[in-house]
This record gives sequence, C-alpha cells and structure tokens, in this order.
Amino acid sequence: MIRFDNVCKRYPEGKEALQGISFHLHSGAMAFLTGHSGAGKSTLLKLVALLERSTRGQLFLDGENLSRTPKRRIPYIRRKIGMIFQNYRLLFDRTVFDNVALPLVIAGYRHQDIGRRVRAALDKVGLLDRERAFPIMLSGGEQQRVGIARAVVNKPPLLLADEPTGNLDPELSSDIMQLFEHFNQVGVTVLIASHDLDLISTMPYTQIILQQGRMVRSRAHNSP
Amino acid sequence: MKPAQPLRNYFVRHVQVALNSLGRLYRSPLASLMTAAVIGIALALPSGLYLLTGNLQRLSTQWDGSASFSVFLHKTVSLQQARALQNRLQQWPEIDSLQLITPDQALSEFRELSGFGEALDALDDNPLPFVITIKPARTQADAESAALLLDKLRTFPEVELAQLDLQWVKRFNAIVDIVRRSIWVMAALLGLAVLLITGNTIRLEIQNRRDEIEITKLIGATNGFIRRPFLYSGFWYGIMGAVVAGLLVELAFLQLHSPVRQLAGLYQSGFSLQTLSLTESLALLAAGASLGLLGAWLAVGRHLAGIEPA
Repeated sequence: MIRFDNVCKRYPEGKEALQGISFHLHSGAMAFLTGHSGAGKSTLLKLVALLERSTRGQLFLDGENLSRTPKRRIPYIRRKIGMIFQNYRLLFDRTVFDNVALPLVIAGYRHQDIGRRVRAALDKVGLLDRERAFPIMLSGGEQQRVGIARAVVNKPPLLLADEPTGNLDPELSSDIMQLFEHFNQVGVTVLIASHDLDLISTMPYTQIILQQGRMVRSRAHNSP
Repeated sequence: MKPAQPLRNYFVRHVQVALNSLGRLYRSPLASLMTAAVIGIALALPSGLYLLTGNLQRLSTQWDGSASFSVFLHKTVSLQQARALQNRLQQWPEIDSLQLITPDQALSEFRELSGFGEALDALDDNPLPFVITIKPARTQADAESAALLLDKLRTFPEVELAQLDLQWVKRFNAIVDIVRRSIWVMAALLGLAVLLITGNTIRLEIQNRRDEIEITKLIGATNGFIRRPFLYSGFWYGIMGAVVAGLLVELAFLQLHSPVRQLAGLYQSGFSLQTLSLTESLALLAAGASLGLLGAWLAVGRHLAGIEPA
C-alpha cells in the first residue's frame, strides 16, 4: 500500500527532516510510526498525503508514484486516505453529521447515500445518537471519534493518524486504538504516528522507529 | 462506488451550493445588505443617468419632428392686416398649415398656464403681439429649406421676428450626447468599484473560512469545489446589488414623475418619464451578476492559492 524507496525530505530552510527512508507497508497491514518529537513522524505522514513533496527518492501509494503526481490529481489521491489529527480538525460551525458527511459531499455522493453512510460511520464509532450535536458540545474523546468517523466514511483503503491520542487520557486512548484495530480487521491499511510507547508496546504491530530523520529500526510483530 | 448520473448530480450540486451561499448571506443579513447597498449605489448612478439622458433624447426627438416656425408680428399690426398675411401665407406650397394666435388668446393661455394671473391683471393693456405659428410642409424639413423659408418670411414689413427653434435642439442633442458618452466612462469606473467591493468582501470571507478551506483540502476537495461557494456568493452580491440599484432608480424617478408631468403640461406635451424597461432591468441584473462573479473570481484566484493545509 505504501512503499518508501530511499526518500529524503529537506525543507527550504535547510533542515533535513527525513533521510534515506525505505520501507514497505503491505495492503491490509497496521503499523506504528514512533520516535521523539521532531524525529520526522509528521513529515513522513505529510509526504504520503502529499502535503509535502519529497526532495529525493521515490514513494508509492497504492502503486502510484507520488513523486510524479501532478498537482491537480492531489485531491483524488487524498480521497484514498482517511486522515486523523491530534487536534481533530473538525468544523465547529457544523453539526457532527455535517462534519462526517463532508468527504462524501466533496466526492459528490447522492443525498440519500450520504445519510446512510454517515450513520453507518457514526454507528461504528458509537456516536449515532449525537449526529445533531455540534463538536463544541462533545468531549475530547468524542470529538476524536467524530474525526475517525469522518476519515472512514468514504471507505478509504488507507488510514493515516498523526498522534490521534495525543490529547486524550490513557483509557480513552486505548478505546481509540481499539477502533483502529477494528478497521484494520476489515481490511483497511493503518499507519499511526505516536510517541505513546506505553500504549504501543502492548499492541502486536510493526513499529517504524525514527530518530533525527533516519529510520533506526523496524521492529516486526506478528507481521506476515 | 462511483456516484450514478454524474451530469444530473453535477447540476444538483450546483443548485445546492448556490442555495447554501444564499443561506450564508441570509444568516448575516446586516452585513450582506450593506454590501448589496454599496454595490447598488454604484450601479444606480450610471443606470439612473443613462435613463435620464435617454428620456432627454426622447424629448428632443419629439421636438425635432414637429419643428415649427413662430412669426411674431409688429405691435402696430391690426387684426385685418394679420388675417391678410395669414391668407397670403396659406397659398405657399412650403407651408403645411398655420395658425394665427391673437393677443387675447395668447394672454388667456398664458394666464391659465403660467400662474401669473394676478400680475397680468395689473397690466393696462395686452403687451402681446399677433403670432402666426407655421408648420412647414414635409419637404421643407431639412435645415437649408428652413433657413430659406425664414428669410422669405422676414421680408414682410408686418413681421418683427421669425424664428425656428431648431438650433437649440441641435445644441441640446450634442450636449446630451456628450453626457451620454461620459456616462460610459463613469459606468466603467463604478463597475471597477463593484469589482473591488465584491473582491474585498470575498477576500474577507475567505479569510474567515480559512480553517474550513484547509480541512476540506485535506480530505480531498478539488480547487473547483472550494472555489464554487465563493463564486456563488459574489454572484448573489451582484444580483442583490442590481436589485437595490433598480429600486433606487425607480424611487428617484417616482419622485420626478409628477413634476415632470407638470412641466410637460406647461409645454402642452404628453411627455412622461420612462423608467427601466424589462430589457433594461434584465441588463442591470446581468451586469450586477457578472460584475459580482468576476470580482469573486479575481479574489478567489488571488487568495485561495495561498491557502494550503500543513
């Protein structure tokens, strides 16, 4: 699903954010991306979502070479990716329903399909009864679950999460992780950037460990 | 996975976005109305002036077609002499019809229409002379033969003054023409103002919705999708501005209507002001809508590109 081939990223200010990254995340796999703050976790995710472009090397998403993707194709690539953020990035002037419906509206789904799919997504994250609420009325954990529902509503083959539990207490964090496991079990590829090592170490998934922009280790758990 | 009936869907989505943009304007009525009012005033000025000069031109063409000569006789001329002159002139082929106005007739008419009745009562005798008004034959409508006819009329000893009021009609037309041309310059400048007003309003709207734009870009919105609601906002601002402009012009002309009727009455003319016709109203709407759309387009092109999610 994701393949990095000696990828480097240097920011215009001259900082080498990533150097010589190579790994392959198979379709249907789940992996954690760990490392200290500033190790390059976010940059790596941004390269996959085409928020940044690599300066050297090649990376592939679903067989497509992202180093050569023209600008106008970027939106369509992003529709294959469900993105989840540390600060949730919800629209506070819209209801939970409208927030979750946004990817479907963007992709041009029909009205009837939107209602059905949004409710299915909200049901999966356990927020079916809050569809009329506004995000501000929800707790942090609930807001993140709205974010996850929005990420999965159009059934993307890949989920990218950047510190999804960074603002949550341990109990809520493990709930959220279970949600990701659930989506992985139905075939979605999941890549989660997190420095919550206590939580990650309890889970049997591949860890890609970054240190100052370099991949130091890839620890495999249970991987085929 | 692919949505069915893409074309119909595309149309439905456009209608949805258009209505959403309208709803957004409706939810902040005061701000929207103020923007619409500013655009309206900018559009009302040239359209009002355009209408006014159109009316003036209509007025002057009415005069043009019915150019008539006024022949004022000397005060000493008697009724018999005046009638004799009238009979002689009647034989001329250059003349279509003519009418003798006696001093008494003229005075009573003047008394009736001018409102100086009491002042006229103070006069010892009637100061007005005999006047013969002449309508030239159709063949004499051009300026050259009119001048010839005038010269011929002036040779009579009874005639004190013979004049044709065509010269000032020409001058008047030339002035109206200049004003009309300058309206286009003014319309261009005010059109530019409308562009800037909508552009600036849309720019502020883009800034206010920066988060939303970033988030929608993050989850795969195309530039077209993001641009659309702003373009519709500009479109609606333009339409609303045009409606305001139309109302302002109608109101102003309503104020002028009865004084103009009175003035026209004094000249025994059935002239009345013409306000915006259906075509002109539609043209105003189209102008407003396209200026609003263009202003939004410029603002969106300049400011959306700078917003990229990070």
